[in-house]
Amino acid sequence: MTTAIPFSAQLINLFAAVILLLAFAMLAQRRMLSLINLFALQGFCLFLATLVAAVTTGQVHLYYSAGLTLALKVLLLPWILHRLVRKLNVRGEVEALIKIPTTMLVGIVLVMIAFNVALPISELSQTITRGTLGIALAVVMLAFLMMITRQKAISQVVGFLSMENGLFLAATSATYGMPMVVELGIALDVLVGVIILGVFFFQIRDQFDSLDIRHMEKLKDN
Amino acid sequence: MDFFVLMLAIPLVSGALLTVVGERDWAPNLNIVASLGTFLAAAGLTAEIVASGPRFAFGEQFFIDSLNVFFVALTAFVGLTTSIFSGPYMRNEQEHGRLTKPRLRLYKSMYQLFMFTMLAALTTNNLGILWVAMEAATLTTVLLVSLYRTPASLEAAWKYFILCGVGIAQALFGTILLYFAAERVLGATGNALLWTHLVDVKSQLEPTIMALSFIFLLVGYGTKVGLAPLHNWLPDAHAEGPTPVSAVLSGLLLNVALYAILRCKVLADGALPAGFAGNLMIGFGLFTLLVAAFFLSRQKDVKRMFAYSSIEHMGLITFAFGMGGPVANFAGLLHMTMHSLTKSAIFFAVGHATQKTGTQLMENIRGLIRINPLIGWGLMLGTLAILGMPPFGVFASEFMILTHAMKHFPWATPILLLALGVAFASIFGKVQPMVFGETTAKRLPHAPAITPVFLHLAIVLMLGLYIPPYLTRWFHEAARMLG
Amino acid sequence: MISIAGLLGQTFAILLALVLAPLLSGWVGQCRAWFQSRTAPPLLLPYYMLQKLFKKDVVLAHNASSLFRAAPFVIFGCMVLACAIVPTLSTDLPFAPAADALALVGVFGLARVFISLAGMDIGTSFGTLGGRREMLVGFLAEPALLMVIFTLAMIAQSTSLATIVETLAHRDLVIYPSLAFAGVAFTIVSLAENARVPVDNPATHLELTMIHEAMILEYSGRHLALIEWAASLKLYAYSCLGLALFFPWGIAGGDSFLALLAAIPLLLLKLAIGGAILAGIETVNAKMRIFRAPEFLGIAFMLAVLGLLVRLLLETRI
Repeated sequence: MTTAIPFSAQLINLFAAVILLLAFAMLAQRRMLSLINLFALQGFCLFLATLVAAVTTGQVHLYYSAGLTLALKVLLLPWILHRLVRKLNVRGEVEALIKIPTTMLVGIVLVMIAFNVALPISELSQTITRGTLGIALAVVMLAFLMMITRQKAISQVVGFLSMENGLFLAATSATYGMPMVVELGIALDVLVGVIILGVFFFQIRDQFDSLDIRHMEKLKDN
Repeated sequence: MDFFVLMLAIPLVSGALLTVVGERDWAPNLNIVASLGTFLAAAGLTAEIVASGPRFAFGEQFFIDSLNVFFVALTAFVGLTTSIFSGPYMRNEQEHGRLTKPRLRLYKSMYQLFMFTMLAALTTNNLGILWVAMEAATLTTVLLVSLYRTPASLEAAWKYFILCGVGIAQALFGTILLYFAAERVLGATGNALLWTHLVDVKSQLEPTIMALSFIFLLVGYGTKVGLAPLHNWLPDAHAEGPTPVSAVLSGLLLNVALYAILRCKVLADGALPAGFAGNLMIGFGLFTLLVAAFFLSRQKDVKRMFAYSSIEHMGLITFAFGMGGPVANFAGLLHMTMHSLTKSAIFFAVGHATQKTGTQLMENIRGLIRINPLIGWGLMLGTLAILGMPPFGVFASEFMILTHAMKHFPWATPILLLALGVAFASIFGKVQPMVFGETTAKRLPHAPAITPVFLHLAIVLMLGLYIPPYLTRWFHEAARMLG
Repeated sequence: MISIAGLLGQTFAILLALVLAPLLSGWVGQCRAWFQSRTAPPLLLPYYMLQKLFKKDVVLAHNASSLFRAAPFVIFGCMVLACAIVPTLSTDLPFAPAADALALVGVFGLARVFISLAGMDIGTSFGTLGGRREMLVGFLAEPALLMVIFTLAMIAQSTSLATIVETLAHRDLVIYPSLAFAGVAFTIVSLAENARVPVDNPATHLELTMIHEAMILEYSGRHLALIEWAASLKLYAYSCLGLALFFPWGIAGGDSFLALLAAIPLLLLKLAIGGAILAGIETVNAKMRIFRAPEFLGIAFMLAVLGLLVRLLLETRI
């Protein structure tokens, strides 16, 4: 039963639980700006969880990871996204999401699958953060679901970034993060990816007069 | 200077340089010269490895052995011929008004960066860097696929980015799990993701984690290989991007992604009960083969059809590596080479053909043989080669795969024969009237580059008739490394 | 063995519930008025209402069946029973062994069935409409409530309310993310079950939106008084349940009269704060369209399930 889980681990678990909750909130969020803010908030929880892990274990490179998360996912990426939304003039845009309850139920099933997959693995880990591996996988799957259900290009990208958050949490929870050089590489890829997509958004809008990807379903195998 | 450093530095530097000077008239030549330099460096590196065995570079971060040097040589070679082909091709596109100068600049610089990311992915020893390089390869090609900025090309690029982004995220999760498994054996050092270290301890890696890790890696990188059911991006990206991009995507990127799976398979085989990784790959391979074969017959767009043909061959190769063992691995490697060379040759020919006729719809392309016999024959021979007609090399490798499958996996033989038969019928039936028959084509302002087409086909033909002993040895060694 | 002291204590707890319940409703109404900058009605307004209604004659519709007359008593009885088994003051009263969380849900369910049937009994369109809506809300809220209870039951390894409360009062973790999820879910369920603002508005008779009021339109006199009283009791029971589950400190462990008396001030304080928070929620939120209620309760269900899953993943570790 519940024998002493250290306080720091409980704190990390709490942040992880909030990250999961935010993933669900993003799944149901209709407004573009709120979606970006939720994403930033998720990044912030990730930052806090990493920071707590860093302070508890004293691992220097976790501090760097936390710093990287703060800079990239809480400040830079949301800022870029906000700018994009402003420049593309889609501030007030609202997505018509139907069937939110269905999506939620599918989401819950995904969470169950993720927890079941992750449980045997996290038991092998020695980190204090290991319990959150299941949550990390669940966040990845929920982000995946979000990318499937969304029709706006920007929300698909937010889903993509949220998936990256989940992966980062997975790395932290299983092994206290990947080697620094890899983490930097991943961060660079994500940043470049968002910038390229930013360029891409303008191209899409110029062609289709909208960022709705329903216009982009012409290519089919007859 | 070190061949290896040169090989990576040339595309990186020239890529940066071309962003600045890419609009000059001589820029296409710079592109070719850079590719030639890369190829020479790669050739030098290959000679070095063949002569003196595997080596490291930059500490232990990069590792070149007989397996990846073979891919490096292939990549650099096709990179060179594609750059030669793209010179006149892109000029023609510009004359037709489909591309502007800034876009051509973007094309050239991204082309070089793409070569860099692929070479880095092939030579890195760090599985994390491998992931980073694969993702970077996606990013560089997204803008290439959407180069025409038509609605269709934007849609294709968007699909490409999203699907590959999702796929590659799965691969990252697999890499994380792999690192987790490795860390339990090697400790939390930067070395725990180095393939050479992992190979030494592969039998000690935790099977539960490795099984899950390999599944994620296979699905993740498999998306980039074009394995069904995650292949949807591939036909779109190939059909809507400029033809040189289709050629390198099909001939090189798919190979590099498959290479990533092979490296991971070696580790998984060590940690897991025999056949786990292999059976997964056999399943995915056969499924992909079947799906692609049946979609082939429904295609109207010529580039799309050959994209599906690429998927089909990737399925076949995945199946071959799934069977494992020296013979099947040898056949798989040979087939990868043959497919790369043949498919890029076909795309070169198709590129010129579509430029001449101004359409990619097969029903509107007729009588190539009259307007330009070389292109017509190039397409015909290339098609015969890719369909596995003797004496071309594809026949040799397909024959090896088939016989090996008959011996060890007899139940798979009917599936293989059915898929190959369907593919043969649908491709040949469509290409034949394109080459022969009444013409619709027009003259082009810039004479097309025919040399790469026949150079590739000549090599394929030669390898079909006679494989030089050093190449056989080299293939055998690489096949042995794959277990 | 039931002791005399225990019986006295139990009786005292029930009497306290009967007395405090209308007061709680009055307090929530007063807080709401303050938050909305209105002149507050007197705190004791619900008592005056009850007194007035009890004095009045009952007017029955011609086609009212005996069910219609019996329903107020059944409902009132159910709520008194609910208040008796919810651990308000102590976890060791004679009814504690009966205080199974699932039984509690059943008791609430029974009351709901009767009030819906009574609403439909007369055959007016409003009554039927209200009954249908009540069943819709109940149909969505009950699974969520059960999930919340399962989460708590997993922590305590028991569905007995007394055990749950005792376990939670002596918790060995500082942070229970699952409790946070369950707490929010429980709040949502309570709002829906007690016909509070985002789902229903207890203060209006707006025909398009009302649920609870629509069912009891035909009641008058002492029947209405009993139903109103039962509604207060339900709010009281839910509040005490929430307080006992999520803020279990200060509930007496024994059944001695002194211990019970000592627990009263803290209970009053917690109820006062809880009522103020409820009023706050009702002020900040607007009544949502009836069609969005499923979505709202869906969130509660989702949260409760997440709580359950998080509990499994994060908090059960040796």
